[in-house]
Amino acid sequence: MTDAPASAAAAVAAVPPKRTAWRRLRKAPFTAWFGFAVILFYAVLALFAPAIAPHGESQTFDIPYDVWAVEPRLVWADLGPLSLPYWLNFEATGSMHWLGTDQIGRDMLSRLIYGARNTVGIALVTTLLAFFIGGTLGILAAVVGKGWFEIVLNRAVDVLMAIPSLIFALMLLSTFGSSLLNLVLIIAVLDATRVFRLARAVAMNVAVMEYVEAARLRGEGLAWIMRKEILPNVMPPLVAEFGLRFCFVFLTIAALSFLGVGIQPPLADWGSMVRENATLITYGDITPLLPAGAIALLTIGVNFVVDWFLNETSGLRDGQ
Amino acid sequence: MASNPPPKPGDPVLLDIRDLRIEGESEDVWSPIVKGVSLKVKRGRVLGLIGESGAGKSTIGIAGMGYVRGGCRFTGGEIWFDGVNLRTLNERQLDRMRGNRVSYVAQSAAAAFNPAWRLMDQIVEVALIHGVMNRAEAERRAVELFRKLKLPEPETIGRRYPHQVSGGQLQRAMTAMALAPRPDLVVFDEPTTALDVTTQLDVLAAIKEAIEDEGAAAIYITHDLAVVSQIAHEIMVLRHGETVEWGPTEEIISRPKKPYTQALVSLRAFRKEEAPPAPPAPLLSVEGVTAAYGGAVTVLHDVSLALETGKTLAIVGESGSGKSTMARVVTGLLPPVSGAVRFAGAALPPRLKDRTKDQLRDLQLIYQMPDVAMNPRQTVEEIIGRPLTFYFGTKGAERARRVHQLLDQIELPRALATRLPTELSGGQKQRVCIARALAAKPKLIICDEPTSALDPLVAEGILRLLVGLQREEGLSYLFITHDIATVRAIADEVAVMFKGRVVRSGPLETALAPPFDDYTDLLLKSVPEMTPGWLEGALASRRMEGAGQ
Repeated sequence: MTDAPASAAAAVAAVPPKRTAWRRLRKAPFTAWFGFAVILFYAVLALFAPAIAPHGESQTFDIPYDVWAVEPRLVWADLGPLSLPYWLNFEATGSMHWLGTDQIGRDMLSRLIYGARNTVGIALVTTLLAFFIGGTLGILAAVVGKGWFEIVLNRAVDVLMAIPSLIFALMLLSTFGSSLLNLVLIIAVLDATRVFRLARAVAMNVAVMEYVEAARLRGEGLAWIMRKEILPNVMPPLVAEFGLRFCFVFLTIAALSFLGVGIQPPLADWGSMVRENATLITYGDITPLLPAGAIALLTIGVNFVVDWFLNETSGLRDGQ
Repeated sequence: MASNPPPKPGDPVLLDIRDLRIEGESEDVWSPIVKGVSLKVKRGRVLGLIGESGAGKSTIGIAGMGYVRGGCRFTGGEIWFDGVNLRTLNERQLDRMRGNRVSYVAQSAAAAFNPAWRLMDQIVEVALIHGVMNRAEAERRAVELFRKLKLPEPETIGRRYPHQVSGGQLQRAMTAMALAPRPDLVVFDEPTTALDVTTQLDVLAAIKEAIEDEGAAAIYITHDLAVVSQIAHEIMVLRHGETVEWGPTEEIISRPKKPYTQALVSLRAFRKEEAPPAPPAPLLSVEGVTAAYGGAVTVLHDVSLALETGKTLAIVGESGSGKSTMARVVTGLLPPVSGAVRFAGAALPPRLKDRTKDQLRDLQLIYQMPDVAMNPRQTVEEIIGRPLTFYFGTKGAERARRVHQLLDQIELPRALATRLPTELSGGQKQRVCIARALAAKPKLIICDEPTSALDPLVAEGILRLLVGLQREEGLSYLFITHDIATVRAIADEVAVMFKGRVVRSGPLETALAPPFDDYTDLLLKSVPEMTPGWLEGALASRRMEGAGQ
């Protein structure tokens, strides 16, 4: 029997839930804190882009591919057959633009900042929509249970998942035209299939609980059972999935933009910024890696937070 | 105590635990689980540890093997086993001893056996690991034990997989596994709790004979005083990690000194008061119901029952008798294949979704496991308040007032309204479930084993509450249980079910009085009693009947 933890658990039960949440957060590892800081930084950039950015989003200047205001330069040591970098020099170049300009002379730094707003904002909206569609249908399928509704939904999802999503998205976007609305809708529907699978699987475990049966016996409607009895109990895995899914959507949009069917110019977007400036790589200029780095940093930050959250919720499950 | 010299190897006291202290961790807080318990087990003797959940009895039992569960730690005391203090040994030295000189029988044999291995392979494993026997010897020894434990086909049963034997047989196989290396001490952790009452009797008798035969000492952990009184030479009563009372079995049973032990012993003396005779008013009648799962497996065969307003009908039976299926048919979760259910003078639609809101309201359910019967994300106020809003449209301050009233009725403090279910004890949870049923102002409450997951004293409190509520509110109960003592305490009418049929029914006084049919007789004789020698008597009478047939 569960003799051991019972009395200890009783002692903790008196602690109000809010304080334990704060204590957990304070105990979070460095990686989680780093993740939170990154997300906060991006959120501030996205929200206050016009105030922070030195220039306008699509404002063009005379010099395309202008250099950085301060150029880092490696100093090489000549060791006969071998030469090694041993020092990093910073040289002022006289450029007006901190990170230079792009292929038609737009300020790179400003576009990076506006890019946070567009790329992250659109990814967030898309993910939310995907979770609304997939989550609702998944929980509904679990509650309704075996029957034609579940069969039709499951097979439809199977069909959508059978086609590689990036290629499918490319095809749909070229069919319907790459407007912002189409982009959001198509990616949301494609990603909703994955959310559906997860939501249905976890909701099925909850739907067989006796408190759900008690609600059915009371005569409660579908909406109540889904919203009040099931949703609160499937939140932890869904929130964790939200973090991961957000990264995937974000990368998909960047990939589509890189391929030219995603977010359209003149809107600044990290994916298309990589593509537009890709030629610079050939000349040893790392400017095109900056938007790629911005994508990578946010992805890592979000994943750190998700990892920590998953750890916390699974730890809770052990204790119960 | 500390002045006593520690026992030497070969001392008649095999296990000597002194001032044992163990703490458990939860959310970084260490709190004591065992608070200075001392005990002695002599060679070949059985010590019974008894107490409710959270008393620390399992923790003490496995501490006898020098082990603490994850999340627990020793903070004090000595564990002398055959002249060695186990707390001074390292893991390797302990490993050499565990399973070999001390072994363990867990509550759930089904969870303790590896489903992918044959029984024999698992039973000889310990002896082989410790190198005390070779494979052939170990198998011979296992067959000998199978015979002692009265397992069917002792020569070949070892070739079966765990799922190919019954729960009672598996529990006996686990006892064989524990006894195989001829240990000095066996720790039994509630080995019969998960078994049906008729199976429990067989297993109990087999365990008792086997340990007497082998001359092993044992610690027998249980929450059932009647069970432990049949098998133990001495009993230690534990509560909140402390010793309440410790003495020879006869003394504890017949002359308990502490109030807590007295309460445990006198338990089940509770009887419902005789209700004043009232004109018969049929409330629920089940007429010739046959029910099946998936249209194939018939679990109820032509069952008929009747219940009158203000009365309690107890349905008694073991697992698989169809008693819980009966509840599912009445509630509309499982529409019957044939037959009808009539309620308050009208036929109830067989399907849940065809029933009116009033029909649903009139019929409430209390579940066996209160932990899963309440949404863990809702507060007590939301749980009790929802039927009020749903059926009567009660909201806001009025609803809060009604919730407080209901909490008063179920004898819980009003402050609990803001708690979540996980912050309540088992008994409190079941009370909240009762309040949720009461909130709907039902005519009939179906109680599906509401007390079987609770500790005896807590269970008795719940029964008293239910009986009191019946008197106040004129409720009727359909009470499903496997426990005869519970039936005696609360039932007006009894129906005994066996393999999907009602084998006996009628008023309590006549249904549980002779002459019996075979099954009811077996059921009643299997209910453990505290009288010394009851086990042997029950077995003897069963054997005589077997010979007579």
